[in-house]
Amino acid sequence: MSRIKDLQKNLFGGTTSNARQFGMIFTLVAIVLLFQIWTDGLTLTSGNLIAVVSQYSYILILAIGMLMVIVAGHIDLSVGSVAAFTGIVVAKAMQEFSLPWPVGILLGLAVGALIGAWQGFWVAYVGVPAFIVTLAGMLLFRGGNQYIGNADTVPVSEGFRTIGAGFLPEIGPDTGYNNLTLLLGLAACAGVIWRELKSRQTRREMNADVAPMWISVLRMAVMVGVIVFATLRFAGGRVGTSLPISGIILIALVLAYSHYTRNTIGGRHIYAVGGNSRAAELSGVKLKRVNFLVMMNMSVLAALAGMIFVARSSASGPQDGLSWELDAIAAVFIGGAAVSGGLGTISGSIVGGLVMALLNNGLQLEGVGSDMVQIIKGLVLLLAVAFDVYNKSQGRFSIIGSLMRPFRRDDPPPPTATPTSDAGKAPVAG
Amino acid sequence: MMSAPVLLEMRSITKTFPGVTALSDVNLEVRQGEIHAICGENGAGKSTLMKVLSGVHPHGTYTGDIVYQGEQVRFSDIRASEQAGIVIIHQELALVPGMSITENIFLGNEPRGRFGIDWKAAQRRALELMEQVGLHEDPDTLVKDIGVGKQQLVEIAKAFAKDVKLLILDEPTAALNEADSRHLLDLLRGIRRRGVTSIIISHKLNEIEAVADTITILRDGRTIESLDVHADGVNEDRIVRGMVGRELHSRFPEHTPDIGEVFFEVRDWTVRHPISADRLVCKGSSFTVRRGEIVGFAGLMGAGRTELAMSLFGRSYGVYLSGRIFKDGEEVQLRTVSDAIRHGLAYVSEDRKAIGLNLLDDIKTSMVAAKLSKVSSHGVVDPVREYRAAEEYRQSLRVKSPSVDEGVTKLSGGNQQKVVLAKWMFTDPDLLILDEPTRGIDVGAKYEIYGIIQRLADQGKGVIVISSELPELIGLCDRIYTVFEGTVTGEVSRADADPELLMKQMTSTKKTPIR
Repeated sequence: MSRIKDLQKNLFGGTTSNARQFGMIFTLVAIVLLFQIWTDGLTLTSGNLIAVVSQYSYILILAIGMLMVIVAGHIDLSVGSVAAFTGIVVAKAMQEFSLPWPVGILLGLAVGALIGAWQGFWVAYVGVPAFIVTLAGMLLFRGGNQYIGNADTVPVSEGFRTIGAGFLPEIGPDTGYNNLTLLLGLAACAGVIWRELKSRQTRREMNADVAPMWISVLRMAVMVGVIVFATLRFAGGRVGTSLPISGIILIALVLAYSHYTRNTIGGRHIYAVGGNSRAAELSGVKLKRVNFLVMMNMSVLAALAGMIFVARSSASGPQDGLSWELDAIAAVFIGGAAVSGGLGTISGSIVGGLVMALLNNGLQLEGVGSDMVQIIKGLVLLLAVAFDVYNKSQGRFSIIGSLMRPFRRDDPPPPTATPTSDAGKAPVAG
Repeated sequence: MMSAPVLLEMRSITKTFPGVTALSDVNLEVRQGEIHAICGENGAGKSTLMKVLSGVHPHGTYTGDIVYQGEQVRFSDIRASEQAGIVIIHQELALVPGMSITENIFLGNEPRGRFGIDWKAAQRRALELMEQVGLHEDPDTLVKDIGVGKQQLVEIAKAFAKDVKLLILDEPTAALNEADSRHLLDLLRGIRRRGVTSIIISHKLNEIEAVADTITILRDGRTIESLDVHADGVNEDRIVRGMVGRELHSRFPEHTPDIGEVFFEVRDWTVRHPISADRLVCKGSSFTVRRGEIVGFAGLMGAGRTELAMSLFGRSYGVYLSGRIFKDGEEVQLRTVSDAIRHGLAYVSEDRKAIGLNLLDDIKTSMVAAKLSKVSSHGVVDPVREYRAAEEYRQSLRVKSPSVDEGVTKLSGGNQQKVVLAKWMFTDPDLLILDEPTRGIDVGAKYEIYGIIQRLADQGKGVIVISSELPELIGLCDRIYTVFEGTVTGEVSRADADPELLMKQMTSTKKTPIR
């Protein structure tokens, strides 16, 4: 009995964010397994996993920026157009002036920053709602893409394609696997263990309840298991393939932005602005600067996503990035962010994005038409958020909460009203 | 009076929420035509009891009987209770700001004409109702353009439009200044003369003593006693004793001030309204604060006290025109909130939910929010240092919560206020400006807050207390400034402070000689 209680407390909706994230990952695994069975094992083949990562990494990159925009209480509808505009500018510039591809990438990021500064200026300093500014941006930059590219496609050089379609090189002894991917996997395992131990240490220093050791071990074992499995799959594909470069860029961004949003003063300020902007302002948060930077950052990430997409499809075209904004926004909300701002996590959004990606992928593998895929995705988004809203409206009298109550000792229930709880993903899992 | 028939009887009402018993065997007897006050500390069950009565908690979710006008009633929702003539006016007013007074009065109760709403009839009736509640405004005025006091009157007019027999007012004067409060209490007496019964929930015991006929005291979800104000010789101390279950010797902790030199001075502070360029909200205000001193700012609502405080605090309100700030003898420029925090100012706002706290945060995040750099290195927040800092304040301010990981929404008003105080104490301020620090807080928590304020002064900090409750200012402050229409109109020392003198200075521009 007490072990089950411990498990419930520490794995699902526990008080630490670590536990909550762990619950989210658990949910995702359930979805993967569902499709794995449904597609007769196709989902988890090396080839398919690699395809999923290279096909959806740019949506996930957008989800990172979108999470911060939504947490700050805004929205960005222009990301698809910004991505397309950047793509065409970079492709055209490289073609016309034969720029080397690294310069092209820098140019693209600069274009993203400029667009971001433009949108951030209107949102933060003039006070036009982001919905309007980015709706305008959506039209502006879509038009810009077609104006610059004459509504035609522009091919990009071989070197540039690495960021979208490239793989890690094969080096070292022939192990039958991609060695660099194996090393990355090893580093990830070490990282997971180090983080778990460090969080135990932190909780001990805070005199907080430290989860029993066996839970930590179980948690680490599951994580390591997943990483080892993924590593072997990514490393063990066709020779010459590995974890895609775009996937590596994505992972680096996820780690960096997770750290930023969770642990730094700047990240705290974003949540403060979204939670209560006036209170944040009166606490010394520079409201305008936060809003400006959040919008600008989004456009830079959109530019990066656009370039990765162009690199993958080896040319920039007028239809690039169509309705990306909707996928990114959906990922963030499925991942538990609050519509009113102030709540949400990067990892949640990534899980939300992966849910969408795997849903897409699995349905396509099953030969489901794009009509049904859209219908299903729409329903998943609606149900995931509806479940959250329902949970929230129940306040502390949530179903889970009231079921748990008879078993509780004197300590109060863990906050059930937070939409970041893994409960929000339950309908997807089921 | 005692012979009046019983209008409402609530018999052994018990209401439980999962894990909590909010009401336990509560009895309430309200006679026809009386003003019945319900007193109790926050969390005593007053609001829950009223929610049971008005059908917010429908029949079946509680046990016990409600007998109204001699019949047992079972309300399924608010509409059912309103049809029976029971109208509840909540502390947070339920008005639509962008609609006119008339539209608000008849919202959900619109008089029908041949083609939709009969606005002519509505207008006529609205004027009658406004006359009854003493509201002299154009009925087409938008509700957002009238003050809180008048909005309250619109709510009451709205209740009258529904043919009210039992009017329930939850903290009706909490947001009102003294003059508006007095008007409202007079109105209640007028309502009583017309035979309408009212139930009033209030923390302001002086008002209850002045207006109520009967007082029912709740504590911890139980009925403690019912007092007949006219017979039992009830006074404030008597009510407090019932509410807290013990005698409070004094409403203010003993304190011997240790006052030092003047260290903060404001000269000729002039600020205009953020939108209308010709409206000055602060007009040449000057004042000083000494180390270890608690300085009060008295004034009517709208006198410009909050505007003065917020404009000083990094120009957070209005448009700065002129004026100088001196700290420790040197002139300082406080252009932004960060400037103000860096120079040791702290401002605890009057509305902690709207602008004081991020309600999504937990206790520890809130407590360190105004000076994150103190628990960070290289921009990265150290969770252990954050936790320790918050835990220290939780213990020293006695925030009632099992841990600092708890969300601030779960706390009572008094404990939330302690969190806000901790948030600003954490910035190591030299001068704390506390705007209505005890609004909406029960007697016990007030006493604790007063203690915290005095401790801050004893550490050599200056404390400015803005309050609409004169007894609070007189009991707490070493010196009181009065503010009227954006100008500091007077200065009264503790020894001379009495409500009459203060009220006179709060309502006239004539400067009275100092001390």
